Amino acid sequence: MNSHTDRNSHLSARPLDLVNGRIDLTHGGGGRAMAQLIGEVFAGAFDNPYLAQGNDMAVMPPIGERLVMSTDGYVVSPIFFPGGDIGSLAVHGTINDVAMSGARPLYLSAGFILEEGLPLADLRRIVESMANAAREAGVPIVTGDTKVVERGKADGVFITTAGVGALRDGVHIAGDRIQPGDAIIVSGTIGDHGIALLSKRENLEFETTIESDSAPLHGLIAAMVDAEPDIHCLRDPTRGGLASTLNELAHQSGLGMVIDEDAVPIRPSVRGACELLGIDPLGVANEGKLVAFCPRDKAERLVSVMRAQPFGQDATVIGHTQADERRLVWLKTAFGSERVVEWFNGEQLPRIC
Amino acid sequence: MKFASEFRDGKLARKITATIAAECRPDRQYSFMEFCGGHTHTIARYGLEAMLPGSIRLVHGPGCPVCVLPVGRIDSAIELACDHGVILCTYGDTMRVPGSHRLSLLKAKAAGGDIRMVWSTLDALKIARDNPGRDVVFFAIGFETTTPPTAMAVKMARAEGLKNFSIFCNHVLTPSAMRAVFEGGSLPLQGVIGPGHVSAVIGIDAYREFSDEGMPVVVAGFEPLDLLQAILMLVRQVNEDRPRVENAYVRALPAVGNEKARGVIAETMTLRKSFEWRGLGTLPDSAVRLADDYADFDAERRFDLPYRTVPDPKSCACAEVVRGIKHPQDCPLFGRGCTPDNPIGSCMVSSEGGCAAHWLYGRHNMAGKGQKEPA
Repeated sequence: MNSHTDRNSHLSARPLDLVNGRIDLTHGGGGRAMAQLIGEVFAGAFDNPYLAQGNDMAVMPPIGERLVMSTDGYVVSPIFFPGGDIGSLAVHGTINDVAMSGARPLYLSAGFILEEGLPLADLRRIVESMANAAREAGVPIVTGDTKVVERGKADGVFITTAGVGALRDGVHIAGDRIQPGDAIIVSGTIGDHGIALLSKRENLEFETTIESDSAPLHGLIAAMVDAEPDIHCLRDPTRGGLASTLNELAHQSGLGMVIDEDAVPIRPSVRGACELLGIDPLGVANEGKLVAFCPRDKAERLVSVMRAQPFGQDATVIGHTQADERRLVWLKTAFGSERVVEWFNGEQLPRIC
Repeated sequence: MKFASEFRDGKLARKITATIAAECRPDRQYSFMEFCGGHTHTIARYGLEAMLPGSIRLVHGPGCPVCVLPVGRIDSAIELACDHGVILCTYGDTMRVPGSHRLSLLKAKAAGGDIRMVWSTLDALKIARDNPGRDVVFFAIGFETTTPPTAMAVKMARAEGLKNFSIFCNHVLTPSAMRAVFEGGSLPLQGVIGPGHVSAVIGIDAYREFSDEGMPVVVAGFEPLDLLQAILMLVRQVNEDRPRVENAYVRALPAVGNEKARGVIAETMTLRKSFEWRGLGTLPDSAVRLADDYADFDAERRFDLPYRTVPDPKSCACAEVVRGIKHPQDCPLFGRGCTPDNPIGSCMVSSEGGCAAHWLYGRHNMAGKGQKEPA
């Protein structure tokens, strides 16, 4: 994506038809059409000094701290949904993956697989949304790549982003650091993203005001780590929802968990939609929430720090960990009984991210 | 959430369970079958069994549509998609039901079959309209609750002249399955929790033949308090020794059922002489197919689908589980190779299946050594 935009500025090709035009195979062919697409759609939107170096890679200054890196592919369907789109999601998702280590996300890369026939207007909308998300988060997209595949070989657009971050000394946040008796905190309401998406699925459209919670959480995490460097673990409950994340961490830490159904924040509209569709909100995806594990005596302070942040206003303690060889996640139901919470494989909601 | 949370009130639940415990006679055992998979799901999800006195035993029945679907029917559906090249539309639950040769619709889809998950028969009709050059078959399964939408789809297809649409009809009848369970004879049951939504179609008189023979029946809704209420009513029937059909779901269920729904079924469908069920064997007059008048919309006739009986996998206890003879965890495969992610038997597929409900909500973890209750 960094290639040759300036050098091509003398070309006299007609500008892209960003209203009615579509991606065709020449846009991935490595020739002038590709350079024009990059120049008119990507370069201006993502503009930053590293991208402007114009090479096939970006060279960044040394950081003097531990490096953190993560990558994720985005194939969400539909590509536009209430509260976001595949572009903003691709920025937020990877920023969050990097930040869950406690690191400050610094740079992103973006790879696009475009399907022949994709409206250029859609592409531009996605790219602008991505650029806005990156700008608002303060994490520039410094390098990228574009490929075009024949119609039918992809579904509109797929995006892969990678992120790099810097991790300061003394912070060690990981699944195997969770201790028995740790408090389990969620940063806000559960299930918003999955239900917002489902409400726009073809054949399933229902009226709702629910929006995806897609958001960058590195600001929230920075405040948390400043206040309490001894946070044991952070994880974002994306695919498979809170239920799968807790099971994953129970396995990684070798511990059991107990959560209180009444304490888990769920919007009434999300609860209602789940009821209607026969879905357990604990298994529904989130894209702007985290689960935190910390010593129980630090939980109250951590929650108050989180509540002061825009993406942590509904933070609350939902349970605790306990020694349990069988690594079970128990739910105390609002009904007054107890049950085990299993992993969700979420196949009824394919391609939520 | 009105009309749901009121029926999940834990305090009220404890009052009802205390009444149940007080009314259970110490010298008696009460084994009740919850016929419907929806009830099985609620019981597992809310942990109702653990709240009941030890003398009450709940037994899962055959009322889970995918659990009673025999392997041969899944094989036919796969054949439709893979050999006849149709667009096969199906409810999500059937996607993972195991067929022969370790295949399922999910795997057949991965192998190139055009299999689409739909949420209603209207979606299938839309797919047929959008693909006039392709044959579109709706894989219809379920009891009397899902039969009316299938019947309506056939009527609409005819009215629209949708010639590329047909139904692979596997709808089955609740009273036949109940009869088969009772006539099996090996089950000492003291009562049956009748299915609420099936009854909303067929009416509660359909169970009179069982109460006349001494079997108490209480039709229940699907919230935990609905079920506890039904259990209390069954305990009372047993204690009074006065078996009858009672309706514990009056807020949704008129005793006469839904005449209109029965009307469309009668118009478009006809009884099959016999139908193979998983676990219950081949039962006479236990399922429907499309009526001769609608033969053009019958995929079995259109594609000349033969039916082959296929034995269940070795060691799989689904047949005993759907009859209530075995508890899910008595199956040698339960959790050992057979899990909801990779089911061997059909009861491990839908969360309404006895095995999947037990697995999903961890009831098998409630007993046994080293158990750690929540602190």
